[in-house]
Amino acid sequence: MEYFVQQLINGLTLGSIYGLIAIGYTMVYGIIGMINFAHGDIFMVGAFGALITFLVLVGLFYSVPVVVALLVMMIVAMLLTSLYNWTIEKVAYRPLRGSFRLAPLITAIGMSIALSNFVQVTQGPRNKPIPPMISKVYEVFGISISLKQIVIVIVTTVLLVIFWYLVNKTSLGRAQRACEQDRKMAALLGIDVDKTISITFIMGASLAAVAGTLYLMYYGVVTFSDGFVPGVKAFTAAVLGGIGSIPGAVLGGLLIGFIESMWSAYFSIDYKDVAAFSILAIVLIFLPSGLMGRPEVEKV
Amino acid sequence: MAISTAASDKAAGNNVFATAIREGLYAGLIAFGLFVLLIGLKTDQNIRNELVIVQRWGLLAIMVVIAAVGRFAYIAYAVPAIERRRAAKAAAPAATSVEESFLKRNLNTIGLAFLFLFPAIVVTFSGLQGSLKWIDNFGIQILIYVMLAWGLNIVVGLAGLLDLGYVAFYAVGAYCYALLGTEFGWSFWILLPAAGAMAAMWGIILGFPVLRLRGDYLAIVTLAFGEIIRLVLINWREVTNGVAGISGIPKVTFFGLMSFNISDENYFGKVLGLAPSGVYYKIFLYYLILLLCLLTAFVTIRLRRMPVGRAWEALREDEIACRSLGINTTNTKLTAFAIGAMFGGFAGSFFAARQGFVSPESFIFLESAVILAIVVLGGMGSLTGIAIAAVVMIGGTEILREMQFLKMVFGPSFTPELYRMLLFGLAMVVVMVWKPRGFVGSREPTAFLYKRKAVSSAFTKEGHG
Repeated sequence: MEYFVQQLINGLTLGSIYGLIAIGYTMVYGIIGMINFAHGDIFMVGAFGALITFLVLVGLFYSVPVVVALLVMMIVAMLLTSLYNWTIEKVAYRPLRGSFRLAPLITAIGMSIALSNFVQVTQGPRNKPIPPMISKVYEVFGISISLKQIVIVIVTTVLLVIFWYLVNKTSLGRAQRACEQDRKMAALLGIDVDKTISITFIMGASLAAVAGTLYLMYYGVVTFSDGFVPGVKAFTAAVLGGIGSIPGAVLGGLLIGFIESMWSAYFSIDYKDVAAFSILAIVLIFLPSGLMGRPEVEKV
Repeated sequence: MAISTAASDKAAGNNVFATAIREGLYAGLIAFGLFVLLIGLKTDQNIRNELVIVQRWGLLAIMVVIAAVGRFAYIAYAVPAIERRRAAKAAAPAATSVEESFLKRNLNTIGLAFLFLFPAIVVTFSGLQGSLKWIDNFGIQILIYVMLAWGLNIVVGLAGLLDLGYVAFYAVGAYCYALLGTEFGWSFWILLPAAGAMAAMWGIILGFPVLRLRGDYLAIVTLAFGEIIRLVLINWREVTNGVAGISGIPKVTFFGLMSFNISDENYFGKVLGLAPSGVYYKIFLYYLILLLCLLTAFVTIRLRRMPVGRAWEALREDEIACRSLGINTTNTKLTAFAIGAMFGGFAGSFFAARQGFVSPESFIFLESAVILAIVVLGGMGSLTGIAIAAVVMIGGTEILREMQFLKMVFGPSFTPELYRMLLFGLAMVVVMVWKPRGFVGSREPTAFLYKRKAVSSAFTKEGHG
């Protein structure tokens, strides 16, 4: 039982990170109907931004309070990834908006390749380990919960609340939901569609940056190729929850996190990625609209 | 009147200039933001294995200036030039029936002749040993990708099913030859069709569940299948030897008559009385892959004229219309998957024979992306376009390896190979934005009413038709 609860906590931690990334996929898919394949790499860039900020902070001040360090890392990473995603949208996706269906997916794949290799070229191909930032572990009823896990869950919850407020209660969020439903109509009603799409990309990137910072803090290591697998898993999460649905993305992220940690705990750790990919395939085949998505009706 | 036009022209010119300067400054600012952390500061390991920061402000400044000047030049000079050219084109009367140049008309014949003569040309110019690199790294490498891309073209270009896991079939073919060849010592000539059949079978197995999906979802599921196959290859160590891969894969024999192992009795060189050299094998492999490519092209061209090919193209354009006309979409999609996979399997077994070694490393998602990029950039459906795209993309990245003179410009620690995939990714974006329909933008439809005429591919949904 304790083992099971332990895995549940591990799954919750992983799932929070996947959920944060998944929101970026689901929002972009909701608003312009494309899979932003480079989103996983944006997450990786966020982790690198946090890593470099951390090293600069340590280099400048020698010892920094952990809370301050984490906050600064997150903010810098958010700014960095926002700028990246904004630029990518402008350069690679916007010119192809009216083009045929495959075109933006191809540029997204190209951008994904370019981003990960750009980081490889500029930062080197090696693993980048950092010293553990938070190492405290609590023992509760024989279950060990590390402070890192608590931080991840709290940060994710706070962010989700802010994010929920932004999407549901502000005029910006309303514009976004309007664009999602009908872009042409929204434009006719005086909403700047291009700006709304840009902001969507920035929001997705910011959440991915936080996920990247948390990932770096949790695992203590990052490489240039770390964007692909978490990216695909987060996409799986978005699909599982029903693509286009934001609560669905969070739910999907948590489910994927649970499934992954349970699978590694009870079956085989070698095949944990196979499990994630199989879920993706099974969900898409048998439940294409996901758990909380609207079924798509095809119009002729 | 004339004076006033000149004045307004000048004002417009100043205006463009001001915009260009502003845009250039913005571009520099954005570039600074993008690069300040990732280029300006480099994380490096010191002797105690701790990460330290290395500062590179000079490099950062260079990148920012390049971005700013590039954007400025684009707005100030390139855009007006393009506009002028477009205006001139619109003003000139549309040329009636321009006679196509000799080169254009006979492009395929010339290309084929060149491909058949390529080894001879290279051997003449760079000697027997010097030719090894050109035939192997350029000739064979490019032709493998041409074959893969033509195989994928059947699925993506003709049937309109976006497949991001094509490399799985390549892997199935390669492991089929590697395992059966090393375990049982079977010949390549038996295992080539076997690998094709095996891959086709997997094409059907993987194709069956995904038939209901379309578009992006189909792409992602095929990606998942491709990754699953790779992960199984890594983890099923008893059979596949895991990440270490399988080595010592037997070479192809000269149709069972002669062998390419120097120690053998019937070594190619010994039988023909030539000095032993590794080049014969490479030249033989070159012609082998060339013939396999031509087989793919021939089958594709013939299939397009058969009912199943027509059904593929109809399916690509409109699935619902297709179904209401009584076409069995399940079978049509499955044949596309199976035939595309079969060529992937052929290419895979050839790849295993050429390398003599296979490992899961060779079958990563990136390979699928590269093959798909070649198909799309070549203009889906056009065999010539795809071949050109393969030459440009694969040949271009291979040439980077040869650019040793760049070391003199950027210092001895500069390794051009590292930039291969970076440039590849950027090229995918640039070509796609600049020419969304690929290098070959128009083609003749397979079926036509009254008169044969080329249509712009903008009129078709996914590829050409």
